[in-house]
Amino acid sequence: MNFIVCIKQVPATTDVKIDSNTNTLKREGVESIINPFDEYAIEEAVRLKERTGGKVTVITMGPPQAENALREALSRGCDEGILVSDRAFAGADTLATSYTLAQTIRKIGEFDVIICGKQASDGDTAQVGPGVAEKLNIPHIAYVGKVEDIKPGTMKVQRMMEDGHDIFDVSLPALITVVKEINNPRLPSLKGMIFSKKAVIKKWTAADISADADKIGLSGSPTQVMKIFYPPARQGGEKLTGEPQDQAAALVSKMKELKLI
Amino acid sequence: MANKIEVLSEKCTGCSLCVKSCPFGAIVLVDRPEHPKKQKLAVIDVAKCNYCGACVDACKRFGAILMLKEEKQKAVDFALYKDVWVYAEQRHGEVSPVAYELLNEGRKLADKLKTHLCAVLLGDKIENQAQDLILHGADKVYVIDNPLLKEFCDDPYAETLAHLIREEKPEIVIMGATNIGRSFASRVAAKIDTGLTADCTALDVDVSTRNLQQTRPAFGGNIMATILTPRHRPQMATVRHKVFKRATRDTSRKGEIVKKNYDFSKLNPGGLDFMNRAKFLQFVADTTAKVNLSEADIIVSGGRGLGKPEGFKLIEELAETIGGAVGASRASVDSGWIPYSHQVGQTGRTVAPKIYIACGISGQIQHLVGMGSSEVIIAINRDPEAPMMKIATFALEGDLYEIIPWIIKEIKKSRGEIEFVK
Repeated sequence: MNFIVCIKQVPATTDVKIDSNTNTLKREGVESIINPFDEYAIEEAVRLKERTGGKVTVITMGPPQAENALREALSRGCDEGILVSDRAFAGADTLATSYTLAQTIRKIGEFDVIICGKQASDGDTAQVGPGVAEKLNIPHIAYVGKVEDIKPGTMKVQRMMEDGHDIFDVSLPALITVVKEINNPRLPSLKGMIFSKKAVIKKWTAADISADADKIGLSGSPTQVMKIFYPPARQGGEKLTGEPQDQAAALVSKMKELKLI
Repeated sequence: MANKIEVLSEKCTGCSLCVKSCPFGAIVLVDRPEHPKKQKLAVIDVAKCNYCGACVDACKRFGAILMLKEEKQKAVDFALYKDVWVYAEQRHGEVSPVAYELLNEGRKLADKLKTHLCAVLLGDKIENQAQDLILHGADKVYVIDNPLLKEFCDDPYAETLAHLIREEKPEIVIMGATNIGRSFASRVAAKIDTGLTADCTALDVDVSTRNLQQTRPAFGGNIMATILTPRHRPQMATVRHKVFKRATRDTSRKGEIVKKNYDFSKLNPGGLDFMNRAKFLQFVADTTAKVNLSEADIIVSGGRGLGKPEGFKLIEELAETIGGAVGASRASVDSGWIPYSHQVGQTGRTVAPKIYIACGISGQIQHLVGMGSSEVIIAINRDPEAPMMKIATFALEGDLYEIIPWIIKEIKKSRGEIEFVK
């Protein structure tokens, strides 16, 4: 069976620093990584391929350096990487991104399952996975915590909800977004690393995927950022001091005062 | 015509106001030693520029930045779109708490825009919940009752909501940023080709343009962004739960219930096969969590500072005493001390309880974004310099294994369950 994984290269958020001169996030010198949630998507695709046979294609939309993320995915067991990169994609919101990825997948051709991480760690929207499914007119299940069964034409999955999980039978082709519980991603193998170094990454532009200029980048994005500002810093409160017993007593009386308990 | 932006070098004083105003970090100052007086020049990286105009405003005094923005036509005729909608999410036949919070905020937006507030209820035999939505502020409730909507399945839900939106044309649609809302709102927006802003923490409207100002955290909460959907209608947003207060119930309120009887075999050209592409089989309830973390009013969380998995026994004891749920930091989950379903933070759940008690949690930014909007934060930590201790409403410095048992005793004493604390 054929699997497609959609990944995003994101700044390693722990390293994000604020430049006090310019009041913007320092992007230069910040290490880029595969979106942490996408690592579970890559691992699941590779595991499913190991069960059913077939091929895993990993795709990303991003600047030229996003090629590094694809190579890392190849070292973790994916078979082919495609970078969709074009200046015309700049400024894309989730709708324009969904369209661009869907066009890319149309060009790839036949597939059974598309796997995405549940959300990206920089945008946190969780909107692109379902958006891609809609643009391809295929079903999707979000928040998948387990693939119970997969065979040609159908798969059985668990969808994690706030109060438990739902079990679904999904007809294929379909898209799933996966959560952290689904697996423990493997480390790149030596063989994988050698393969990823030599592999040829396909590079497609807006023209290559026959993208409609009105549906990509800034012009294809209904949402626009009006302003960006710093959240008011939360002010610290009171330090309780003394022996553990005194601190505990002070805390409980404060909580009673505030009618918290 | 494409978008154009340039810095007029003879007018630029190198004052750096534009650099600071740019939300995208697209402007830098470069040296220009050849110039007799002005030593610096602003340079805009057009690859990063989103043509938002912030720098043009910042440079009003000098007028050194010239922007020509392609005037995009509105995608639809705005005059046809009216009303503010709240999607009244239900699960297993019960309307979710977030729906009542959205009714409160939706009411304010509708009043400001001088329009109606409508709720949308999708489900099976769900009509009995409609009246309660009216009592909580809705002027009108659209009800679509169908066996295919009994369990939440993306295709029938998205198809039905998109159909209703096309038919009735609301100008604003807000939904809960729950697993359900976040799963199918994006599908609805993609079906009708409009904008959707995820996970908002504040909403407002500009009465003149009727644009919804959607504010949300970005970059893991380091920054807040206000987002508009200026050329499309409806404007769609998902909103975090517990950001807004629940609407009050007013038994004298009157409203209209509108039942829509759609033929589900005709909503989509794919017919019933389309509606059943993903078939719901079964729900398995999570019996381990006694209290739903997302909805809990009190959360007691443990972190790396517990030092060992057994530490969560003490956390559980405190949670039980105080009537709260158990949360955890990523470090303790990654150490295998507690299941992932308890994880609070960027890669776990976002919570906003009345009281958040952080035990042995240093307070990395990724954890803080998941709980920073809690009403009262209590931190217990050995390290007074830990970020969590600095933002806490009450910071207790010391060994949590000594302090927590005392807190449990003091709470019991305050309730008269025990008389003396020894």
